[in-house]
Amino acid sequence: MQNEELELQQEKSPEQGKTGKDAPVHVPHKKDAHANPAAPPNKQASVAKRTDSFLYGIPQLGLSRVERQVPLNEPPPMPANADLKYLGKPTPRYDGVAKVTGAGKYTADVYLPGMLYARMVGAGVPHARVLAIDTTAAERYPGVRAVHVIQHVLGNAELRDPSKERPSRYPIVRYMGQPMAAVAATSQAAADEAAALVKVQYDPMGFVVDRDAARATDAPSVYPGPADQGGTAGGGGGPANVPQVGNVHGPERKNVGDVARGFAESDVVVEGEYYTQVQTHSALETHGVVADWKAEELTVYASTQGTSSVRNELSEIFKLPKSKVRVITEYMGGGFGAKFGAGNEGVVAVELSRKAKAPVRLMLDRREEHIASNRPDSHQKLKIGAKRNGTLTAIQLTSYGTAGVGTGAGTAGPATNMYNCPNLLTEEYDVFINAGPGAAFRAPGHPQGCFALEQAIDDLAEKLDLDPLEFRGRIDDSPARKVERQIILEKTDWRNRHRAGADPGPIKRGIGLSQSVWYRFVNLNSSCEVRISKDGSVELMSAVQDIGGGTKTMLAQVVAEEFGIPPQSVVIRIGDTRYPIGPDSGGSVTTGSISPAARNAAHQAKQHLLAAIAPSLGVAPDQLEFKDGRVSVASDPSRSYSLRQAAAKMPTDEVSARATRVPDYTRDKITYGGVDYVELAVDTETGRVHVERVLGVHDCGRPMNPLGVISQINGGILQGISYALFEQRIMDRGKGYMLNADLENYKILGAREVPQIDVILIENYIAQSSTDAAGIGESAGIIALAAAIGNAFYNATGVRMRRLPMTPARVLAALGKTDQEMHA
Amino acid sequence: MNRFTFVDCTTVAEALDHLKQGSVAKAGGIDLLDLMKDGIVSPSMLVNIRRVKELHGIETSEQGLSLGPLTTLSELAAHPVIQKTYTALSDAASHAATPQIRNMATVGGNLMQRQRCWYFRSSEYNCLRKGGSECFAQKGENQYHAIMGNEICAMVHPSSTAVPLMAFGAQVELTSKKGKRTVPLNEFYIRPDESLLDETVVKSDELITRILVPAPAAGTRSAYQKYGEKESFDWPLADAGVVLVMDGNTCRSASIVMGVAAPTPLHAKAAEVVLAGKTIDEATARAAGKAAVDSATPLEQNGYKVQLFHTVVYRTILLASGQLKRDPSAVGGMA
Repeated sequence: MQNEELELQQEKSPEQGKTGKDAPVHVPHKKDAHANPAAPPNKQASVAKRTDSFLYGIPQLGLSRVERQVPLNEPPPMPANADLKYLGKPTPRYDGVAKVTGAGKYTADVYLPGMLYARMVGAGVPHARVLAIDTTAAERYPGVRAVHVIQHVLGNAELRDPSKERPSRYPIVRYMGQPMAAVAATSQAAADEAAALVKVQYDPMGFVVDRDAARATDAPSVYPGPADQGGTAGGGGGPANVPQVGNVHGPERKNVGDVARGFAESDVVVEGEYYTQVQTHSALETHGVVADWKAEELTVYASTQGTSSVRNELSEIFKLPKSKVRVITEYMGGGFGAKFGAGNEGVVAVELSRKAKAPVRLMLDRREEHIASNRPDSHQKLKIGAKRNGTLTAIQLTSYGTAGVGTGAGTAGPATNMYNCPNLLTEEYDVFINAGPGAAFRAPGHPQGCFALEQAIDDLAEKLDLDPLEFRGRIDDSPARKVERQIILEKTDWRNRHRAGADPGPIKRGIGLSQSVWYRFVNLNSSCEVRISKDGSVELMSAVQDIGGGTKTMLAQVVAEEFGIPPQSVVIRIGDTRYPIGPDSGGSVTTGSISPAARNAAHQAKQHLLAAIAPSLGVAPDQLEFKDGRVSVASDPSRSYSLRQAAAKMPTDEVSARATRVPDYTRDKITYGGVDYVELAVDTETGRVHVERVLGVHDCGRPMNPLGVISQINGGILQGISYALFEQRIMDRGKGYMLNADLENYKILGAREVPQIDVILIENYIAQSSTDAAGIGESAGIIALAAAIGNAFYNATGVRMRRLPMTPARVLAALGKTDQEMHA
Repeated sequence: MNRFTFVDCTTVAEALDHLKQGSVAKAGGIDLLDLMKDGIVSPSMLVNIRRVKELHGIETSEQGLSLGPLTTLSELAAHPVIQKTYTALSDAASHAATPQIRNMATVGGNLMQRQRCWYFRSSEYNCLRKGGSECFAQKGENQYHAIMGNEICAMVHPSSTAVPLMAFGAQVELTSKKGKRTVPLNEFYIRPDESLLDETVVKSDELITRILVPAPAAGTRSAYQKYGEKESFDWPLADAGVVLVMDGNTCRSASIVMGVAAPTPLHAKAAEVVLAGKTIDEATARAAGKAAVDSATPLEQNGYKVQLFHTVVYRTILLASGQLKRDPSAVGGMA
């Protein structure tokens, strides 16, 4: 969809390519990355540049300066956070009050005159050809205004050769709950009841919902031939054109050096298998839209991570010019990667609106939400070799994971990108099963990959008789993580931790840690307009959405800093495609992409203001300076005006400027990460694990709003604990039905499971943009927590947890207290 | 679909006028609404008894405790006499569900809630309890199911308050237009081998009008403990209520009930025998815990619950006897 418009800031390994696939930022494959470099040299050469001197590095390691060539209209380099007034300072959420009082309107709060309510009909069997769909009774149901039968299902993989399957009038059902049809009625109750009256006649086929069972040669085939998951606006398409045998799609292989030689050269080898479960997104707000089809324009209120992605997909499907599709997301209740593009619900709502000639609201119910998307599971075999001196010689990873009817279950990102190792072989397989499709989910592949890698690294440290923290220091080049490890050493009891399983009684305590890695993605579809009115008021407009991370607050700070006025006085209007285009929020791209555009627009609007008022002040514009919220004449400091006074002198009622993200100043390879430290207790007689303390030390370039960043890390840590200890999709193997598609048996941590959490941010100036900012969504704890808990569990008990989640059933099995092994 | 009439009553007599086959009494509505939304029950009439004054209130006397069935779990948990004399009951009430639910959920409703089983509670499965011919849990996903008395139906009864109430020997007063009868809680629940379609002895025209708990003998001490996967808002994987009549350090008699071990709350008689006449210490408590699960017949995925019940029984005994201040597995308890 928009791959070619995206800038890649670093070369991608195939694993990262897959990461990018899973992640909303679509990074296809290494060869594509080469073919489509971030900033074509010829293009770059054509932009006039100047040389600026930038702050560089991490304060704890000593800051230095670097020179960068930057486009002429870039604002001057930004000082360190310590020297700024609003940026880098803890700033309360811009719309926090509106959110907690209910004044903020989410998609489900949108009421339009004459609005109808819709409900989808989901498949009642896991695998079947559909012989007939009878909507007569539903159409006759009182209050029903439109019924739509779905012709094409989004999210499923597609056969490379469609002739492998007998043509079918309706989409083949490949998982229970797959959207089939939808009904719009004058009330939600009528829609629900009418939807239940849609009769579908199935010709059932064999099915399989268990990853291991699906790998068997005689397992029912989810697809009758090789299939690949098509791209969606959320990033799509696992590796295409890899082999497929039965349900096993792959491998996607990456080979660097020679692992056989690497293992032969090693002194020590660790080898292990690790299993992780399917996690569903479970955003508080389910997927949904309000669609309003009108001849002149289609308007869609969407709970989405990308207003542009919804517009693009609807424009493509309904053959509408983008100029006639408007998407609005003013408040958004969480997506975690599952909400890009229109989605089946979005397309269906638009169809229904067009048919009924009325606005239609379609919000998924909780069951549908659990089925619509997930983080794939994994079964990983990981082998690592090292020399006595603590250098790695080889890493070999084979992973099988299921993304249901989709692909993208790779886990090799951490093994590929965290540590120095000359020989690497990774082989990733997707296993199709008859369950809902996987989707991007907060650091796709990385919590799974880290769960294996970071436990294996601890095992290796033990075999080498090295402190795991020190061992990481020998194999990890990241300067940020070096500082982060040092902070952990200083702020915790790490040095005094006991040997594994040392506590005598049934309650055993342990300490552990894990590192995380994430990448710098930038989306150049990032524009802002900043407007100054004659009364001195300032507003910013962009189509970018705030999915909960605090984008509005951050943008207000950026503009505030530029004008020297408080952030609360800046009006931020975002989440509407009528404004300048914004990036989709995924892969931690938003802050790093949009904040330079915001600063540049603010800076340029300021220049316009100075130019507009200079004549009335009888000076040239370059004699005016804008500092601390005041405009003054350089040669005569007594002539100083507030923003309001200055704006009043404008000859017209407003000035404005619009800026678009320019490519990063260099193409340095940049990763982000963090180190998360965990203290926990294991009750070996109940199998319960209590995380008691977490210290997360993280980096994300320049922290723009420490309050917001820490808040995201708190959330990531909690989501990581929840993933490690509680969450799991449970499929009934007998019927292919998800048994816990609710919030009662799908268990998410609650208040009593929240440990003491401390977060320390480090500043990491990289001199890449006018703000030097980066996102934190992915490397915010979710990547490292399960591994850190696994390592702390080992320190507590002397037993390695190889299966998630660590429920009493699995813990007691691992401790040998029961002879049953829970299958993950 | 879910079309029903709603009758608001203010007296027991008025409620009894409406209670018959097809209608159902609604107190807090916690479980009932879930069952209706999930299409498991579809009563033609809801008889709202929430405003029936005579069904509210906690009375304490020398004879014991008389609980109005509309007493909320929050009220039970906060009552000073219950906290002191019927500790296991306030412990159980304070650990059920969430604070919000405890403010709405009544003790009568807590006893009357239907069993937990995701096959039973999904309209996708026509199980034995719904007139079908199969218990899907036997060969299906049964990690949360019963480890005892599970041969026919492996659902578990999750009532937190039934566990201590049964351990205290509570009785339930049932009223119909024909009169009143009193049933020991021991005989209140119907096992699957007795009937698959009735879960309690309560008839469709009857209403719980009182829950009576006899005054404990001198030297009685009690405790309740529950283990879920989570502490916040989770169903128990194992819970136990223990009532000990102590004479110094010696246990004269013990009443031990396990919550979600079987389709109904279950007296751990073998464990009670182990304790009778013994000095309570960790060894006897563990022996009792082991005896409690001797007859377990776990299914394919719930063997771990045997260990959990072993632990919850022995630790609850020590909690009741005062030899353990706090279960080490409770949040903060390991500190």
